[in-house]
Amino acid sequence: MNPEKVVFGFFIVLALTLNFGFFVGEIDNPDHHHAWELFAVVVVNLITTILKFGDRTQMGAVLLATSLVAMLQLLAAVLVWTLAVHVSQAGMTPSIMASIVSLSGGAMIANVVSVVLLVIETVMLRR
Amino acid sequence: MDTIFFLILRRMRTPLLTLIIAYAVAMAGLALIPAQDATGQPTTMSLFHAFYFVSYMSTTIGFGELPNAFTDAQRLWVSVSVFFTVAVWIYAIGRLIALLQDNTFQRAIEERRFRNRVARLRQPFYLICGCGQTGSALVRGLTDRHRHAVVIDIDPDRINLLQLDNQREYVPALCADARKPSILDAAGLKHPLCEGVVALTNVNETNLKIAIAAKLLHPTIQVICRSDSHEIEANMASFGTDHIYDPFDAFAVYMALAIQSPCLTLLLDWLSAADDEPLSEPCYPPTNGRWVICGYGRFGKAMYQHLKQQGLTLSIIEALPHKTGIPVEGIVQGRGTEAVTLEQAEIQRAVGLVAGTDEDADNLSIVMTALQLNPDLFVIARENHLDNQELFDRVGAQSIMHPSTIIANRIRVRLVNPLLADFSNLARAQPEDWACELVSRVAGLVDERVPHVWEITIDETQAFALCHAKARGFTITLDMLLRDPRDRERRLQAIPLLLVRDDSLQLLPTLDQRVRRGDRLLLCGRIETRSDMDWVLQNLHALRYVATGESHREGAVWRWIAAWQRTR
Repeated sequence: MNPEKVVFGFFIVLALTLNFGFFVGEIDNPDHHHAWELFAVVVVNLITTILKFGDRTQMGAVLLATSLVAMLQLLAAVLVWTLAVHVSQAGMTPSIMASIVSLSGGAMIANVVSVVLLVIETVMLRR
Repeated sequence: MDTIFFLILRRMRTPLLTLIIAYAVAMAGLALIPAQDATGQPTTMSLFHAFYFVSYMSTTIGFGELPNAFTDAQRLWVSVSVFFTVAVWIYAIGRLIALLQDNTFQRAIEERRFRNRVARLRQPFYLICGCGQTGSALVRGLTDRHRHAVVIDIDPDRINLLQLDNQREYVPALCADARKPSILDAAGLKHPLCEGVVALTNVNETNLKIAIAAKLLHPTIQVICRSDSHEIEANMASFGTDHIYDPFDAFAVYMALAIQSPCLTLLLDWLSAADDEPLSEPCYPPTNGRWVICGYGRFGKAMYQHLKQQGLTLSIIEALPHKTGIPVEGIVQGRGTEAVTLEQAEIQRAVGLVAGTDEDADNLSIVMTALQLNPDLFVIARENHLDNQELFDRVGAQSIMHPSTIIANRIRVRLVNPLLADFSNLARAQPEDWACELVSRVAGLVDERVPHVWEITIDETQAFALCHAKARGFTITLDMLLRDPRDRERRLQAIPLLLVRDDSLQLLPTLDQRVRRGDRLLLCGRIETRSDMDWVLQNLHALRYVATGESHREGAVWRWIAAWQRTR
């Protein structure tokens, strides 16, 4: 067993599970989506992205790409949230919440792809 | 991609991960600990404010407590986290900067940049491996003629020197080992515009390896090598290296030619000199009598062989004859720097001296001692290092043999004016009077400076007008091309040296020769003449004027107006 692979797999799956946790619930209901969950998703996704650095295989490149996509989406969601709460006068409205959650939904797709790739790579490993 | 990039990215993981975790912990702590707003009501810090505060706390700028004054619990947390975030920040940034400054990484970046530059080249270029004295002289010679070159050398100092040198064209240069095929590839060996590879390093084996790589990776390319060992030369020739230059042989052949026909030697000297050099004086080596050769190494052997073919009597001085071998004449053992040895070799009765050891100090000493014993000697001195140029200029040698300059000159001529090699082959078959007459013609053409020598291929790019002359109904002779486009009664100051048509070579073609598409011409003359002649070759008006003496309206509109005028 390679401990590096354990950590790698752990963070990739955790990124997806946390992302899913944030995503579920009514799309425009702020009560169903907590800021702390998004914070955890962003941190874990950042860690995942960095863990994917420096892999020279084709699979590694695609994994890194999916992580970068997820980061892009999540940072957009964070930005929208921050702007809504701290900058705009109206505060958090259901429509803004909906766009935040849909952005995180996009990130979740990227994370799903990432996990699928991880599974494929594991399956293709020769014993 | 290069391994090093992945390695650097991989090494970046730890500093970046620590940074993220430290930030996340500090932010989480701040946002979890109860805070109070301006009125003293309990509230919590938002994650946004926590991020804002942590980012300036860890870089130690310190903007005070935001958005409200902190509670003591928050202050306790901040006083803990300020230490670990600052430490982590300094560690991470320090590591990242150190990684970016990593030597191997920098070299990989350099190589990549070089590879891209070479790949972007849009002009034909030569790949020059080894940029010592020979290489830099060749680069200068090529760039002065607006030819492009790419340079590889293993010594970073030489690459820096090359970049300091003021070249007329941009010369991409890389400090790397030319023995590696991947480096040769980066330098454009497989580039479709790469015209040739020139291997000039001072290690024969390296040159051999470059030649092999070039022939295998790009078989159609021209490969030119320097080599001073006959064994390696034979090896290079065996797999089709196009041109192999041995400085010692080249000089010995040159000297033999100078003994046979001084005029032809002078002519070829002038034609192959770099632009703007002053006209050199002819040298007349003594054609009979005794020659003394000091040093029976590679140079000594080459001189021995070629001087002997001229029927000269030779005596040889060598310090270590058991290493170099002994010629049939026998050997005077010694270095030649002392009068005794030179006298043993009968220097008083000799007419010529070759100071050909591989030590410059010895060579200078030999020349000085010998000239004291016999001031009438014709002296050939071998100069091993260009740094000693000034000393050799003063020592009183009639001819100085400098391996690097000889090779650089030969290769430059070969690359810039390949027809000149054909010309000199043909000229060697001509009598000496022929060469003397041509020398006086060339001398009348130019003053003080050597003539400019250039080649013209009659095709669409170099002679547009001439290619379209037939369609306009007039034929062009060499005589017409040599007329001044401003006043056709005046002649241009140029001599056509060689005309190549369908593999047949004509030495000094007569002026009534017709010039056709596909011909190649070698000319010499003043450098201004070249631009005048280019004008005639490219411009239909100028060509029509020198051919017929009239100037027509050439543009489409003007032709239409002329036709309309005629019909009226």
